Amino acid sequence: MDDIKVNQNPKLGSVDRPNSYIGRSLSRDDARKHLEGAGQFVDDLTLPRMVNIAFLRSPFAHADILSIDVTEAKSFPGIIDVLIAEDIDKICTPWVGTLGHLGEMRSPEQSPLAAKTVRWQGEAVAVVIANSRAQAEDAIEAIDVEWLEKDAQVDMETALNKDAIVIHEELGNNLFWTRTVEQGNVEDAFQQSDIVVETTLDFSRHTGVTLEPRGIIADWNKTESKMTIYHNNQAPHMMQHIIAKHFNISEGLVRIISKDVGGSFGIKVHVYADEMTAIAVSKKIGRPVKFMADRLESFTTDIHARCHKISGKLGVDKTGKILAMEINDLSGIGPYSMYPRTSAIETNQVLNLSGAPYLIPNYKAVGTVVFQNKTPMCQYRAVGHPIAVAITEALVDKAAMKIGLQLDEIRKLNFIPDNAYPNKTPSGVPLEDLSHQASMEKLLTIMNVQDIERQKKLDFKDGILSGYGIISMCEVTNPSPLFYGVGGAHISAQDGASIRLEGSGAIHLSSSITEQGQGTEAIMKQIAADQLGVTMDTVRVTLGDTDATPYGGGTWASRGAGIGGEAVLKAARTLKNNILEIAAAIMQTDIKSLDIEDNVVIRKNGGEGITLQQLAQTVYYRGHELPQGTNPELLATASFLIEGIPFVFTNSAMGCHISIDQETGLVKINKFWVVEDCGTQINPKLVEEQIRGGVVQGIGGALYEECVYDDQGNMQNATMADYLVPMAYEMPDIIVDHVTTNSGRSIIGAKGAGEAGTGGAPAVIMNAINNALKDLNIEMTSQPITPEKILKKMGKI
Amino acid sequence: MPDKRNVSISFTVNGEQFDDLTVSARQHLGDLLRSQGFTGTHIGCEQGACGACTIEMDGKAVRSCLILSSQANGSNIKTVEGYDEPFMKIIKDNFLKHNALQCGFCSPGMLMTTKEIISKKKKFTREEIRAEISGNYCRCTGYQSIVDAIEESIENIH
Repeated sequence: MDDIKVNQNPKLGSVDRPNSYIGRSLSRDDARKHLEGAGQFVDDLTLPRMVNIAFLRSPFAHADILSIDVTEAKSFPGIIDVLIAEDIDKICTPWVGTLGHLGEMRSPEQSPLAAKTVRWQGEAVAVVIANSRAQAEDAIEAIDVEWLEKDAQVDMETALNKDAIVIHEELGNNLFWTRTVEQGNVEDAFQQSDIVVETTLDFSRHTGVTLEPRGIIADWNKTESKMTIYHNNQAPHMMQHIIAKHFNISEGLVRIISKDVGGSFGIKVHVYADEMTAIAVSKKIGRPVKFMADRLESFTTDIHARCHKISGKLGVDKTGKILAMEINDLSGIGPYSMYPRTSAIETNQVLNLSGAPYLIPNYKAVGTVVFQNKTPMCQYRAVGHPIAVAITEALVDKAAMKIGLQLDEIRKLNFIPDNAYPNKTPSGVPLEDLSHQASMEKLLTIMNVQDIERQKKLDFKDGILSGYGIISMCEVTNPSPLFYGVGGAHISAQDGASIRLEGSGAIHLSSSITEQGQGTEAIMKQIAADQLGVTMDTVRVTLGDTDATPYGGGTWASRGAGIGGEAVLKAARTLKNNILEIAAAIMQTDIKSLDIEDNVVIRKNGGEGITLQQLAQTVYYRGHELPQGTNPELLATASFLIEGIPFVFTNSAMGCHISIDQETGLVKINKFWVVEDCGTQINPKLVEEQIRGGVVQGIGGALYEECVYDDQGNMQNATMADYLVPMAYEMPDIIVDHVTTNSGRSIIGAKGAGEAGTGGAPAVIMNAINNALKDLNIEMTSQPITPEKILKKMGKI
Repeated sequence: MPDKRNVSISFTVNGEQFDDLTVSARQHLGDLLRSQGFTGTHIGCEQGACGACTIEMDGKAVRSCLILSSQANGSNIKTVEGYDEPFMKIIKDNFLKHNALQCGFCSPGMLMTTKEIISKKKKFTREEIRAEISGNYCRCTGYQSIVDAIEESIENIH
């Protein structure tokens, strides 16, 4: 791998010293196992006497269960038992997906299996326990359910109408949550505006489509009252708490092991009814129980995301200065708010993040979240960002066109200046250490907009519609306790790291951050080796095991590097200091004259040093040789959390160039550019790959992905052949560049980088398409922007 | 009632001979291989769409989820655990160099497809490489790094 040096944070020391690994694009040697077929995914594990389960799931979006007869199913070959809600409810207590910090949320209790009423197609009703999954699936067919099908409330836009079908009678209507944010006085400001532009955008539902479906093995050990869970999850300590709470097990006796995870993207950080059922079954029968979702189950029970309709209004004066912004967002979340993070957060992010790059003195945002009979909706990669960024950047483009400013001019005119931080979003959320101006400048340089404009004119003469778009955005990363903990959720905002020198001279490191392929293990190794002064091959890493790692939040909201990485840095510095104190005692010198390089404690002024192995062996095996009172601590543990602000924001500028085939309506992305400011990059290659992967997921949302439902609430495209995801052929090469403004909240200065691509791509693609269609007076406002929608707008079909 | 018919099959996997295995007639090859411990073959969709379960059967890349175990009788199979040819080492090194995998779930299938690309011809444009791997789904990388890795492998090998 290219050994690229980047603008490193001076707080981390010189990049020219030995073992300077932070800031270098080292390859992830730990990933080689996946190229040898030696990963350890949940489904790869088989335990003695393990059983498999499968579910009878509701074929209807809304129905009452009049009766269930499982007698025949129980007689099928290989069947151990068939259980329904009343069996499971004796083992697992219900949960509620509400939190206390964002105003009133109303969502009913949810249990692992539906007892009387099903409220979405795919909701689990009965569980079959069998020796094999195939046998369990056979027996499902023999379960006799008498259903009373009911009308379904599918459309979120009519969910609050007087004649709507009320999904939870006890709530009286389908409102889950609503919030209004108001800063300044928008009404007055719109009146003072010379120009007011408006638009309304639709975002369809889509879902994560992790290539490895959700999976769990629950292994109840009755003798020890211990529950061991193998789970492809992002937040093991959160699950530890939840499982202990709902299964009445002492929390310390729940062990969550999350090894290799085949993609997560926020899908695998929620509590799912089928996984809770697997745990209940293990507790009941005292045997290990495996549940692996198949692809149909993934599409109908993994959380969905987006599903928003948002209208927005922007008022500017005649110079293009923004005076006011107003948005009104409606979102449908299925029949329940997900537990424990709630399904309010996506809308909340839309309200918080709209207009975020700009100085907008008057701002009003209203969010309304309703129930509907579809799969539950919750936080997926870049929560809320695609909606917030798209509405903002669509309005800014419209204002620019109306007032006659270039796309970059209006943005530059309204950016919060790079030297004006700390500052706030229009909604009042604190911002610091951002660089919209510098990032946009860099974007314009690498894009060469003049060239694109020239090409556009030539294309037009040739009958090709081409266009480009640019956007700026803020990205929520490194959340503080103000995200979830403040609302009562037992979700840790701090992360821990533990690091020790072993008798062999090896370094062992464990962290509460988990790995789903982002490169957690690699960057933790880089930080530890860099700060200790050891070679990379000396460091071994343990992640994803509540019995073996420090307590912490895990991997979500782009928090691994910035929070978990800082904990590793702090622990490594403490360990280094301890090592040097011991070395100073052994070498009879002052600690300041010593350092560690390449696994050796060296004398800075020359002379013989001692290896870490020699030092460790003296401490561990021949401690009597040390001066009395020497601290023998070769294990250091540290924690880190963000204090005082809700999030550490990253900012990005993106551009893309597209062309549209006028015959087929197909959009081709010719090129895509990203400039990201995520502060210190621990491993630039891994940062860039987070951005590229994120962009492609964003392109999926913009052009292809949609969970299609009929008006009865049946999902129509729940297969990988019908639900379109980005494949290699349609994707462009993505050029990534950086501006570096370190976060002042930590020594390492890293902000997150996992959300921006997915959050920004839908906006910039939509802007580029509308730029291409401008001369035809056509505007696309509904995502995914399919060929069919384009051709319809063109009047061709 | 469920279909209980079994069949008896023999085949080799990565050079190892398996004789007279009794398997359910309806079981697909991907599940059979996994049940024999070859868990590097990953199951993503069971309808041939995602490409994660792609393996080599008698020298050809096939979707193991679309082949019944009985069809594998007498065949010579290679799975990711057995891709030990010298040129595969080059490909794997390039996958690591370019970070052409994140979670690694698609990698076994992606490697098999790469293996087939390499054997087809000596020169490919990036667009051709993209077309060749467009039957393999990767949700993490965005594909560019995979194209980079394959491009460099073609250059190194040919």
